Amino acid sequence: MAHSLTDDQSGLASPLRQDPVLEIRDLSVEYVLESGIVRAVDNVSFDLAPGEFLAIVGESGCGKSTLLFGIAQLLNPPAEISGGSVTFRGRNLVQLTERELAAVRWKNMSVVMQSAMNALNPVKSVGAQFKDAMRAHGVTSTAEIQRRSVEVLKMVGIDPVHLKSYPHQLSGGMRQRSMIAMAMLFTPELIIMDEPTSALDVVAQRSLMAQIKDLQREYHFAVIFVTHDMSLVRHFSDHLMVMYAGQVSEVGPTRQLFDHPHHPYTVGLMDAFPSIRGPRVELTGIPGSPPNLARPPAGCRFSARCPKVMPRCETAPPLDYQVDGTSVRCFLYDSPEVLSD
Amino acid sequence: MTELQTEPGHQQVGPGQEPLLRLDRISRHFKIGNAVRRRSALHAVDDMSFTVGEREIVAIAGESGSGKSTVARVLAKIYKPTSGEAYFQGQPLSAIRSRRQRLRYSGLVPMVFQDPFASLNPVFRVSHGVMRALKLHRPELTAEQRFAEAVRVFDAVGLNPGAEVLQRYPHELSGGQRQRVGFAQALAMRPKLILADEPVSMLDVSIRIGLLNLMRQLRDDQGVSILYITHDIASARYVADRLIVMYAGQIAESGPVEDVLSTPRHPYTQLLLSAVPDPRAELSIGADTDRGEPPRVINPTPGCRFRFRCPIAIDECSHITPKLLELSPGHDAACHVAQSGAEVRAF
Amino acid sequence: MAIPVTTTGIPQPAAGISGPSRRGALNRITKAIRTNRKATIGVVLMAIFIFVALFPSLLTHQSPNAVSNHVFAHPSAAHWLGTDNLGRDVYAQVIDGTRNVLILALAVGLLTTAVAMLIGVAAAYLGGLWDSVLNFVTDVLLVIPIFPLLIIIAAYLPNAGNNVLILVLTFTGWSYTARQLRSQAQSLRSRDFLLAARVRGERPLYIIVVEILPTMTSLLLASFLNNALYAVLAGSGLQFIGLGNTNNVSWGTTLYWAQQNNALGSGLYAWAIVPGACIALMGAAFAFINYAFDEIGNPALRPLTAAKARKAAAASIKRRIAGNGALPD
Repeated sequence: MAHSLTDDQSGLASPLRQDPVLEIRDLSVEYVLESGIVRAVDNVSFDLAPGEFLAIVGESGCGKSTLLFGIAQLLNPPAEISGGSVTFRGRNLVQLTERELAAVRWKNMSVVMQSAMNALNPVKSVGAQFKDAMRAHGVTSTAEIQRRSVEVLKMVGIDPVHLKSYPHQLSGGMRQRSMIAMAMLFTPELIIMDEPTSALDVVAQRSLMAQIKDLQREYHFAVIFVTHDMSLVRHFSDHLMVMYAGQVSEVGPTRQLFDHPHHPYTVGLMDAFPSIRGPRVELTGIPGSPPNLARPPAGCRFSARCPKVMPRCETAPPLDYQVDGTSVRCFLYDSPEVLSD
Repeated sequence: MTELQTEPGHQQVGPGQEPLLRLDRISRHFKIGNAVRRRSALHAVDDMSFTVGEREIVAIAGESGSGKSTVARVLAKIYKPTSGEAYFQGQPLSAIRSRRQRLRYSGLVPMVFQDPFASLNPVFRVSHGVMRALKLHRPELTAEQRFAEAVRVFDAVGLNPGAEVLQRYPHELSGGQRQRVGFAQALAMRPKLILADEPVSMLDVSIRIGLLNLMRQLRDDQGVSILYITHDIASARYVADRLIVMYAGQIAESGPVEDVLSTPRHPYTQLLLSAVPDPRAELSIGADTDRGEPPRVINPTPGCRFRFRCPIAIDECSHITPKLLELSPGHDAACHVAQSGAEVRAF
Repeated sequence: MAIPVTTTGIPQPAAGISGPSRRGALNRITKAIRTNRKATIGVVLMAIFIFVALFPSLLTHQSPNAVSNHVFAHPSAAHWLGTDNLGRDVYAQVIDGTRNVLILALAVGLLTTAVAMLIGVAAAYLGGLWDSVLNFVTDVLLVIPIFPLLIIIAAYLPNAGNNVLILVLTFTGWSYTARQLRSQAQSLRSRDFLLAARVRGERPLYIIVVEILPTMTSLLLASFLNNALYAVLAGSGLQFIGLGNTNNVSWGTTLYWAQQNNALGSGLYAWAIVPGACIALMGAAFAFINYAFDEIGNPALRPLTAAKARKAAAASIKRRIAGNGALPD
């Protein structure tokens, strides 16, 4: 079931109407275990338009990082893609060989990892790592490598003198920025980011987000941004996808989701953020834990924690229903009036 | 939704009445470098003074490197202060020497840690820590009484049924449940003040509120004070009565939490507030957004440590370290510009 | 700023016997031994040696010390491996010698690990001056070349029995393990649960024994096996060059006599080779068991056949899922 986000129901200024950069159809990722099979990502579908910023939000165990790795073809056994397709510019990445993937990687699609300290080589200078990346993709001229390295560092606001620095000599914020610079080396069409700001403090976080948004506006690449912090992406993303227990519970234009959240999980999640302005009110959060995906519940996966649970929620899994331009996986919205909107 | 009661008068201490905890110019420096090079000193905490009253939650908020965790560790007697003194119930911490005195203090001032996965020994059941705490701190109880008490505190922190949860191993509990175990361990010792070092930072967002509510409940029902260390100002606002904002090892601003957040006097507080992502508010992103580079406080010179990032720094800020002065009732700030009476609108 | 629960935060319970129930743990261990080839070989070999050490009389009726007139005999029906220079049955010597070597291995393994544990873990936990002093002592012993030291010590103790050998081997062997254990303990030192124990008022000795050591069981087991292996080889080596009491019945001393009488050159192959082969096999048994426990405890070390590769990583994921139902993201 495809939710096409390029449908212009949102009224947002949409990017150039071209073919989508990325089409995900019924993507599922499973972990093959001795005891059985666990489905960490269950039939996720969406389209990504050129230059679009999609935020994927969820808590631990929801499958967002697994989904990301599935898209980037970085899964390791026992995790494997068990179904669906990842079509990037018309080519299904799932079916490509390593060699063919290597050609796509970094030139057209790059990845920024969660912790730069883990992703960067601690014994090589930043400049040396840029050189490695460029050499691996066929850029041989030293002058060109130098020129481009300086250029990308300037793009992210780092003094090019740091090409000689080692990762541990840079602050956390600067390390993340250099990761982004590295991802920008070939100005890819799509950059996937896995919680790039979670190791940073609030002020550094905001600065990095602003930087990413600026770069995106200037170079028109699409971004898939995975995070656990919903409020962070409110001002930066075009579309927001909320995941729970391996499934997409709600997806739609960011503004719409924040102004009128539909799914009880989305509502609960938003209410779990205490505010620094306005009246101080008592919040409840969402007590309980996500279900055990080794034995997924028969009905809706959120039913055990849902404040609005109905009897039918526990027996049959809900489908995706369209409400006001968003797609919601909840029986509350399965009614003729709503569907006919 | 019920509006939270704000009680700014909570901590008013009568004249001559000693507050529960009083820090008097506490500093903690760490020597870095080796014996060969000249030793430098990292000033993790410098000249901090504040109080915590009975039945009060005081939040210390700051970025990483601000020294907030170090303060908690000094109070837990993990580190000795380099200078200054802390007084608990009127008694100086340095006078606590004998094992009996130390045991008594650690029972009255226990600590809850940040990492739910590392704070419990994976080899033992979760009853281990609580039972040990009871054995050490309440020796008058028999074994059955200890177990009954363990069940009571587990129930009190929301781990029901207590008797059943006590038998589980840490890896069988979720992060939120493990943190509750941490609070249960602290409660078992009948504390007066709990040092909570970022207890919710590593938990899922939807679980944090449960723990924050638990802390409020401990204050209201059990009469326990809490020193809540955090980097998240929004959660500080949610639980705390008073807020202390730290920067580079010093207090930048302190006061009743609503006062500080509605009228921040220190430029750093204003910067923090402007950067906090709030789904319900618009975000202001200036052309020259502050980069958020944390300061390295090694062998610092006199002067305000925030001056390098402060858009309204004046000449005085480079030479004289600002003192923490009261600018309105209960509300202090360490800023020359604010103290001169001028309006501070930095961010 | 800390991130919420993700894969990196999932704890690793101590490998070995620390699961939810003792019986469940035993089942898992037997299953693991059955499926891992190295473990099976090692355990079977060790079982054979233990059986031989315990019931030598079941395997031979001859006394290893029985002197006779049939000297330098080749293997025959009466003497399966021939006789030595005093007419003693070589086969009986090998059978009887098993006990000597096994006791040596187990005793040295235990003692070395115990001493290393005390010194290494205490040094790590106490830190400061204690750490410096204990470290210095450890390093001195570590740096001295072991074999020459062993020879010198043993030379001063002629005709020393097994016990002295055990002491000598322990004295020279603990330092390496102490270093290892100290490193491991240091990495644990700032773990919050240790800090929590300290803050709630536990004494340092309690923390070391009750809180730290149980989490190090896998390393302690590996150290024990390693040191047992070292004892087999070094002990037999010392006996081979004639130190220790050459009248004792042991594989090393049998080899000594074989060497003294040029057994290999005289064509008495059984006498020259079989004791050495036994030494090698027992060493191998300890080594196999050691590797096997490593592989069982740490799936990343398992040999990577395609099917095995999946199963190996799967086991660790399964542990996480069985824990609290939360999957890695």
